[in-house]
Amino acid sequence: MFGLDKRDTTLFLFVVAITLLAPFLLNPFPTESALAQFNAGYPDLMQRFVIFGIFAIGFNILFGLTGYLSFGHAAFLGVGSYAAVWMFKLLSFNIVPAIILSVLVAGVFSLAIGYICLRRSGIYFSILTLAFAQMSFAMAYSVLSNPNFNLTNGETGLQVYADDPQILKGDGPDFTHLFGLEMNTTKTLELGAWAFQFNAGFYVCAFFMIIAFYIAMRIFRSPFGLMLRAIKTNQTRLNYTGLNSRPYTLAAFVISGMYAGLAGGLLAVTDPLAGAERMQWTASGEVVLMTILGGAGTLLGPILGAAFIKYFENIFSKINDTVLHSWFSFMPESIDNFLVAILYPFVGKGWHLTLGLMFMLIVIFLPGGLVDGGQRLWNRITGKNRTQAEPVANPKPAE
Amino acid sequence: MSKFEFTRRGLIKSGAAVGAGLAMPTILTRPAYSYTNEPKGGTVTLGFNVPQTGPYADEGNDELLAQKLAVEHLNGEGDGGCLTTFTSKALKGNGILGKKVTFVTGDTQTKSDAARASAKSMIEKDGAIMINGGSSSGVAVAVQGLCQEAGVIFMAGLTHANDTTGKDRKANGFRHFFNAYMSGAALAPVLAKEMGKDRRAYHLTADYNWGWTQEESIKASTEALGWETVNTVKTPLASTDFSSYIAPVINAGADVLVLNHYGGNMVNSLTNAIQFGLLDKAVNGKDFKIVVPLYSELMAAGAGDNIKGVLGSMNYNWQLDNEGSKTFVKSFGEKYGRPPSNSAQTCYAQVLLYADACERAGTFNPCGVVEALEGFEFDGLGNGPTTYRKEDHQCFKDVLVVRGAQNPTTKFDTLEIVEITPVANVTYPPNHPMFGGDEATLGKCNPGA
Repeated sequence: MFGLDKRDTTLFLFVVAITLLAPFLLNPFPTESALAQFNAGYPDLMQRFVIFGIFAIGFNILFGLTGYLSFGHAAFLGVGSYAAVWMFKLLSFNIVPAIILSVLVAGVFSLAIGYICLRRSGIYFSILTLAFAQMSFAMAYSVLSNPNFNLTNGETGLQVYADDPQILKGDGPDFTHLFGLEMNTTKTLELGAWAFQFNAGFYVCAFFMIIAFYIAMRIFRSPFGLMLRAIKTNQTRLNYTGLNSRPYTLAAFVISGMYAGLAGGLLAVTDPLAGAERMQWTASGEVVLMTILGGAGTLLGPILGAAFIKYFENIFSKINDTVLHSWFSFMPESIDNFLVAILYPFVGKGWHLTLGLMFMLIVIFLPGGLVDGGQRLWNRITGKNRTQAEPVANPKPAE
Repeated sequence: MSKFEFTRRGLIKSGAAVGAGLAMPTILTRPAYSYTNEPKGGTVTLGFNVPQTGPYADEGNDELLAQKLAVEHLNGEGDGGCLTTFTSKALKGNGILGKKVTFVTGDTQTKSDAARASAKSMIEKDGAIMINGGSSSGVAVAVQGLCQEAGVIFMAGLTHANDTTGKDRKANGFRHFFNAYMSGAALAPVLAKEMGKDRRAYHLTADYNWGWTQEESIKASTEALGWETVNTVKTPLASTDFSSYIAPVINAGADVLVLNHYGGNMVNSLTNAIQFGLLDKAVNGKDFKIVVPLYSELMAAGAGDNIKGVLGSMNYNWQLDNEGSKTFVKSFGEKYGRPPSNSAQTCYAQVLLYADACERAGTFNPCGVVEALEGFEFDGLGNGPTTYRKEDHQCFKDVLVVRGAQNPTTKFDTLEIVEITPVANVTYPPNHPMFGGDEATLGKCNPGA
């Protein structure tokens, strides 16, 4: 189906199913229970899961296939966001022009940066992209936000003001919308002790992630994808055969830049504010982590990695000492205090520490990322040495 | 290239599955709330959104301590704190409107995006009805906008830029902290008294929104005194070494250096300036002076001896001698073993003010709370008599001018109060050009769902 072979079709339908059913799957605990702390099924986080999923899928087309490690992809994310918010400011809150422009602008921007950076490979390429991204960040943060020429609104972040032109708005909604359907519309379904939230913005983002995933799948299976893999395996040999590999890498770079632009645009769609820190190097590093954590070069990996990191960022950072005390309050006070003292450094503001430890464990013991782990588990359960579902050409640690 | 194989049956089947999935959310709904996160049970949830990591983490953690203290006092635990001195007696120490106060915390990371994500999760997941906190103006403006859209109240923490209650003011947002304009207005007379009316000032300004509004404000008030502004230089926010910016100051013929820096930036630039021996120089026949318009205890601690004699302004200082301040310092000190910082005090006051407004309005509905807070006059929270102005939701109260103490006796009294500038001197019209002029409006209060 859809031009995919049987196994890919299954994988694709699996992704579609878990995406559409996310509001159920991410809310396993009843609302009033103590474990509700770990529920992730609220609109904002679900939106982040799929948006950063798109970002990581795109990054994986470059990094997973060609092996070019870009440390500047956040710049495209940021540019996409700014483009989208400008569309909101100038035209209307309709998300269609915003998304189209964000993808286009990110595409053009990545073409320019890629054209320069791809003259080098390996560490030099990484440093060049990092330099460009930091330049973009500095430009957005201060240079382009001076009162005379305010393109980015600096630290405060670009946002829509009541006195903006919005020439097509008319009587339209005051929030981002898809032909009238406002992105912050949420319907809540209460089933017994559970409350499931269905959010319009999430389903719009989910739709784009499914499309993005499908396109990535087709690229992975195409001759173009094979060429990209050849570049990763041995670019020198490829060059000696008389083949110019740069157009291929540039194409992969631009495609992944456009994915980042789409993700940036969607971030603005769900929340019409674009902050400069979206372009900072930490954001670029985050997508690298997502891809490696999930499994670079696999189809499903980046999505898993994105969800994993965003889950930690949003759920673990909110567990404070009061919450910990409430968990252990049934125990004698000394044990309670002892347990809290041990656990506290790893939650709340210490969530970075937990994430770092998990990252280390995964990179050391599961070089192929979470997907690798899933496969090992599957083999263990079924007891057979199944051929890998993904053609992970010899999984190896991050390079 | 692999090819598409559309079969009629396959297409219908998958189309039906996708359609069903998309249609599902619209089938079922639940009874509507009359406003966002209306508390239905015996508790009400407040969201404390402060930087726990990043450059302002120290400030954020101090804010969090104060917020926890405020919740204790609201629930009638501890010594009651400022509930005893607050002029409004609506709060009984039995929670808010009889509901026990609980809270959730989040990390803003001093980034607008992260702050909004954290605030959103408090609103969407934890049912927070009010968001309090923030240690940076960019974050405050971003979260204030979010709260306006979502229909909850935002009680700003430490945010000093004019924009928060200027061009970015929102009906659901309230600021207790003072602002850059007030700093300028409070500092100017003291500067004139200490340094004379014939000075040449050189500004180093952190190159972002807050830095600019502060530079603009200080420049305007010092030029009104008769000072001349020799030069204003923007420094990148990420700078850690300011030597190259300090060197040209003397050559420019300036005799006052104004550092529009905050946090780590200020600590570094001040240290550099001292290392260059600027304070020992005499230019134009006058002693060289340094001014740091926005001070905080945590910065003073970071800069150590370098702040001796340097002038600046503050929203609050624990050495203030009034009933509310003494009660708060005692309460905070007994619990945490040190006096509160001015960011802690502003958050504490904001939580109490919100709770009190709910009590007086008799509802948690944001529109009722807004009405109760607008034009509210009170005392007993540490700053002396204060008014929440209706037009821009900015608190008006006395502003402190402080100086780095020459001979501090403990590590807590490194700053001494030079003057308490009365509120009349720092008041400005709501349509002041630095605050968005006539175009800036609060908009309508939004109760959400």
